[in-house]
Amino acid sequence: MLDLRQYASLGAALKDALERWPNETCLIEADRDHEKVRLTYSDFKEMARPLCRALEDADFKVGDRAAIIMTNQSKWLISAYSIFFCGGVLVPLDYKLTAAEHLQLLAHSKARFLVVEYYLWRAITQSRGFAKLTVQIVLVTEAPAGTDLRGAYRWEEFRRKGEPQLVARQREDTACIVYSSGTGGRPKGCVLTHDSYLEQCASLTAWYPFWPGVRYLSILPTNHAIDFMVGFIGPFVCGACVVHLRTLRPEFVRDAFVRYRITYVGLVPMVLKNLERGLRAKFDELKPRKRWMLDRLIGMNKMLTRGRPRVGISRRLLPQVHKAFGGELRALIVGGAFTDPSTLQFFYDLGIPATCGYGLTEACTAVTLNDLKPFRADTVGKPLPGTEVRVLNPDADGIGEVAVRSRAVMSHYLDDSEQTARTIVEGWLLTGDLGRFDVDGRGHLQLVGRKKNMIVTEGGKNIYPEDIEAVFEDLPVKEFCVYAANYLWPQKTLGNEILVLVLRLEQNQQFDDRLREEMVARNRRLADFKRVGGYLLWEKDFPRTTSLKIKREELAAEIGAGAARKSIVEI
Amino acid sequence: MPTTDRTLDEILNLAASHFNVPREKLTPDDDFFKTLGIDSLQALDLLTRLEHHFRIELPDYELQGVSDFRTLANRIQARL
Repeated sequence: MLDLRQYASLGAALKDALERWPNETCLIEADRDHEKVRLTYSDFKEMARPLCRALEDADFKVGDRAAIIMTNQSKWLISAYSIFFCGGVLVPLDYKLTAAEHLQLLAHSKARFLVVEYYLWRAITQSRGFAKLTVQIVLVTEAPAGTDLRGAYRWEEFRRKGEPQLVARQREDTACIVYSSGTGGRPKGCVLTHDSYLEQCASLTAWYPFWPGVRYLSILPTNHAIDFMVGFIGPFVCGACVVHLRTLRPEFVRDAFVRYRITYVGLVPMVLKNLERGLRAKFDELKPRKRWMLDRLIGMNKMLTRGRPRVGISRRLLPQVHKAFGGELRALIVGGAFTDPSTLQFFYDLGIPATCGYGLTEACTAVTLNDLKPFRADTVGKPLPGTEVRVLNPDADGIGEVAVRSRAVMSHYLDDSEQTARTIVEGWLLTGDLGRFDVDGRGHLQLVGRKKNMIVTEGGKNIYPEDIEAVFEDLPVKEFCVYAANYLWPQKTLGNEILVLVLRLEQNQQFDDRLREEMVARNRRLADFKRVGGYLLWEKDFPRTTSLKIKREELAAEIGAGAARKSIVEI
Repeated sequence: MPTTDRTLDEILNLAASHFNVPREKLTPDDDFFKTLGIDSLQALDLLTRLEHHFRIELPDYELQGVSDFRTLANRIQARL
């Protein structure tokens, strides 16, 4: 197991890594079919040095919060390293949010610094709330020459000469504030310490080790907990290499596997499904004889890898399949959302372990992971070393809420003691997910549903219905409310998650085309993954508190008992 | 240079044939995720087809926040 005990902070661990493997490649950045950047650990250090010095000169103080809003690229990691080096707290924001949402989270996090890509900065400056931006220093990457940056600096020119000094941080100090979701009235900023990350890194790499020569293909956004750990911290402290792609078109992603002989890749289920579709289509094109042969070889591989993966054998049995993935792929790490077991099994049977895990931002990265001993497509694996998992108040089937305790769990939600007290109880993180330990006795966890009003998309996004209601404000109806369908009608299954807009019409009001069009138009203003999937007409007034807030839980129970899921009308 | 209307028309034709949807079912203000029944990865695939067709290069971010054909046509028109 990787020993990180000697390090008190991410800054110290990363600094040491840059010095330990000066000649190893740490970062490759490719755009379509050409390579833009290739850095050794020594080059990376040289790139970060003037930025660290410039931050020092800009009065960057210990504990200052610095946000990053960027797609995956080298400057993301160089900036993040520099922030840690200077003793700062990193606030990685999802670049897919809208400019208004970025402004809201920047204000909530009280970030003093911001590193942002030009096109995202342009959107922020054009947003109505721009005047209220509280960030003091903004660094913009790749800004075209001659453009007015509205007071921001060019990242490429924000540099000073000299040798910067590492700012010491303690294990219990905050390393990152990561927003698990929620840009509505109540953003959830998970406060994670250096100890959380270093602990998580040690336990993850115990099962899926990195070493110099390993190449990790970074497709998931680096602001996401999974990629931040397995596409930055993990590979860097182990001397491995991260490959970034500036375009995520499927054809370039496929090429990258081969060109860079990728060892690991982290994926969300949607991308995995896409790869499966592509492979199945290729298999279907084979002539009957070849297809018969392939099926026999897959059957043989299946038999030989029943107990554990045997990569060498699989590569010899199915060389064409493995060559299409570069020939050195050891695992596809799938997370962020529910994954169809048949897709995981499909890849495992080809000798490419698609290992599924379970995690949440509140627990740093991962809680459980499949250790492949043996592979179990129908579970989310076993608790990671150092992680305790309990099923609370199990019913007759052993199903209850999953609770987690480990050093990796966040310390609290930023500025929200009420939410923190509800989520971390006596040291246990209440996940809101329902699960049970499998009867196999080997400690595999199975997730069976959700207790909370939220959905997780196939792209790995958590969406809280309350957060998207703002877009339907003033809809010409008496009242409305948004719910996750699986919350209204609890399912003993994951997947098939949609949001429902519950409408209570005015007396004598008819649901007509105009209302429908208005609803559709507003729905379109939301990012595609946040859209409501259907509506439901409700005949009774919503229960409300004395301060006229909707009693959501009570209303959910009424709807769940009084209407059927099939009465949802698709939008 | 073709007009925006012409560009829009070509996009609709291409999307219809690529995703096997009757052309008359597509209108400029349609949400293409919904009308074509595609996910964000397939939308990126559509972007590649459009690049080949118009012989331009469109960064992925040009599609961010775009979900209707008309806005997409405007983005493409700006690069022609």
